[in-house]
Amino acid sequence: MAQVKNRLTPFFENITFDREDNELILNFGPQHPSAHGQLRLMLHLQQEQIVKAHPDVGYLHRGMEKMAENMIYNEFMPTTDRMDYIASSSNNYGFALAVEKLIGLEVPRRAKVIRMMLLEINRLMSHLFWLATTALDIGAMTVFLFAFREREYLMDIIEGYCGARLTHAAIRIGGVPLDIQDNFIIQLKTFLDKLPANIKDYEDLLDTNRIWLMRMEEVGVISTEMALSWGCTGPMLRASGVAWDIRKEEPYELYDEVEFNVPFSDKGDNFARYRIYMQEMRETAKILYQTIEMYETCVANNETALMAHAPQYISAPKIDIMTQNYSLMQHFVLVTQGMRPPVGEVYVPTESPKGELGFFINSQGGPYPYRLKLRAPSFWHTGILTDLLPGHYIPDVVSIIGTTNIVFGEVDR
Amino acid sequence: MRAYTPKDDVQAKAYYTDRFYVAPQVPKQDVENDEVFAADLAAIKAKFEVSDAYIQVSNMVVYINAKDIYGVLELMRDELDYTQLSEMSAIDWLAKDNTFEIFYQMLSMKKRKRIRVKYFIENGQAVDSVEKLFRCADWSEREMFDMFGIEANNHPFMKRILMPYDWQGNPLLKTYPLEGDEFAAWYEVDKIFGKEARDIIGPEIRDTARVDRYDSERFARLGFEVPKGTEITDDMPRTEQKYQEDDGVFLIKKYDKESSVIVDDPQR
Repeated sequence: MAQVKNRLTPFFENITFDREDNELILNFGPQHPSAHGQLRLMLHLQQEQIVKAHPDVGYLHRGMEKMAENMIYNEFMPTTDRMDYIASSSNNYGFALAVEKLIGLEVPRRAKVIRMMLLEINRLMSHLFWLATTALDIGAMTVFLFAFREREYLMDIIEGYCGARLTHAAIRIGGVPLDIQDNFIIQLKTFLDKLPANIKDYEDLLDTNRIWLMRMEEVGVISTEMALSWGCTGPMLRASGVAWDIRKEEPYELYDEVEFNVPFSDKGDNFARYRIYMQEMRETAKILYQTIEMYETCVANNETALMAHAPQYISAPKIDIMTQNYSLMQHFVLVTQGMRPPVGEVYVPTESPKGELGFFINSQGGPYPYRLKLRAPSFWHTGILTDLLPGHYIPDVVSIIGTTNIVFGEVDR
Repeated sequence: MRAYTPKDDVQAKAYYTDRFYVAPQVPKQDVENDEVFAADLAAIKAKFEVSDAYIQVSNMVVYINAKDIYGVLELMRDELDYTQLSEMSAIDWLAKDNTFEIFYQMLSMKKRKRIRVKYFIENGQAVDSVEKLFRCADWSEREMFDMFGIEANNHPFMKRILMPYDWQGNPLLKTYPLEGDEFAAWYEVDKIFGKEARDIIGPEIRDTARVDRYDSERFARLGFEVPKGTEITDDMPRTEQKYQEDDGVFLIKKYDKESSVIVDDPQR
């Protein structure tokens, strides 16, 4: 095609000419590698100090809430993968749990144990990814390579389970679709036995690293009031002095049967958040060992059911569908028309690796949710940058964005 | 008589519903069943008008008047320990009675309880901002404005947040179209190059799996690679392309497909 003159008028978005003071407006992102996806920050600078920050989001907005209103419940499950794509099973789980609460379903024990395994593996994957990318942003390339190596093992395990590495769709409403594969536990144990040594490697590289400490300590301090007011949850809140973990306080699945600690700190700075992520990895490993035991008990007790029995909402097992006429009919209706949960409303929070992941569903008894609101933790962890960044210097922006652990699939939805 | 269906609701609809199907209800409990909620409700009722309250799936739902929202949330935050606003947004009931239902999901970490405060507003009415109480409402109210067009009074920066500033319409309204029209499809082309460029550029191909084997301009013809812009004839020979220097790179072992080993044990 011939060169056609462009009709857009030129403009200079990085420069303002009509100011008398020294304030410079810096446009950070949305394509900056340390913007962790699609974050655009407009920073007002006095020399190198930030006086005003204005985060601009929406570059990854896909309208998931609108999509949910136009999909049957099971159809929406793979879409939830694309929210927090670093730990996608935790989104699947949040949605599945919300619909189960709406229907009033009880999931079989074996499925619960498998779900917990998946959730905690996802938490490890997410934390390792966080450590890798944050360390890389700060300049610690070795940690990046180490942490990605470990994350790769976990992705292999997950791939063995559901066939996907990133967008798992590994959980169904009413249970899980599959039992874990034969070598799952062996692989997981091999990994978990190595993990403490791996975490020690990271800590040896970072804990007393002068550059790391200078970039982390006393930088990005979030007070308890600020964290609460901005709706911070997860490690962001726990680093600011509130020991609030939904797994502990409002237990779902079998989290009331496992033993683990909730690490927290009252420092509120980047370094506190880093310590909490490292501690949480250890706690997660502890939970995973316990779920392996629980799974083996399930096998010993011959508890084989993986999906809840609720013919009105959940398809029968494949063997029934292939042999029983009524199950086949039910399955046909559930696949073509979709399940119709009761009329009502539910808000179900779960502790995703980033914080409180909540699903609000308003059902009017139809096969499509009337309104579905996704409460993604990263949304407010991005918003807090407005109040957090002023007073800091440009290099701090990178480390603060790093420790807020925001994922834009979740912010923009 | 046929049931009336609002004609402007463009959302997906169930294509078949049994005539005698009666949807079950998610059970609602009386607030008196839970003493913490009962005490909270009594404290709210002492100062504000509450039109309805019940417990549903372990959350208490409280319906108040739209004008009381700031006061109720202030009371809940300062006296009842509901220190966090988890989420707030709206539900579109325009087709039913021209109202929006606004909900605020509150969390008390001390009591481990969650309350959903709700009220209705007329279409076009603004809500009172609670941004002074909870900073997170800054972004939530902007999102609500973006998605539903509901404005918040006293909000410091009432602008769209997820959609572009020049966007028309509010995506989460039930009347918002699910697909773009001709204007939307050609928007960028019209704006940048002018309408006359439509014929030259041609319609956008949305099929990402589409492979045109006669196109040597845009698509890498894997296994049959030719220089860019070559006329493609039907019987092109297979050309294996190796993307590495012939002598290899310093310190890097040259990749050779034939002599490489596939490792199938990830734990090796």
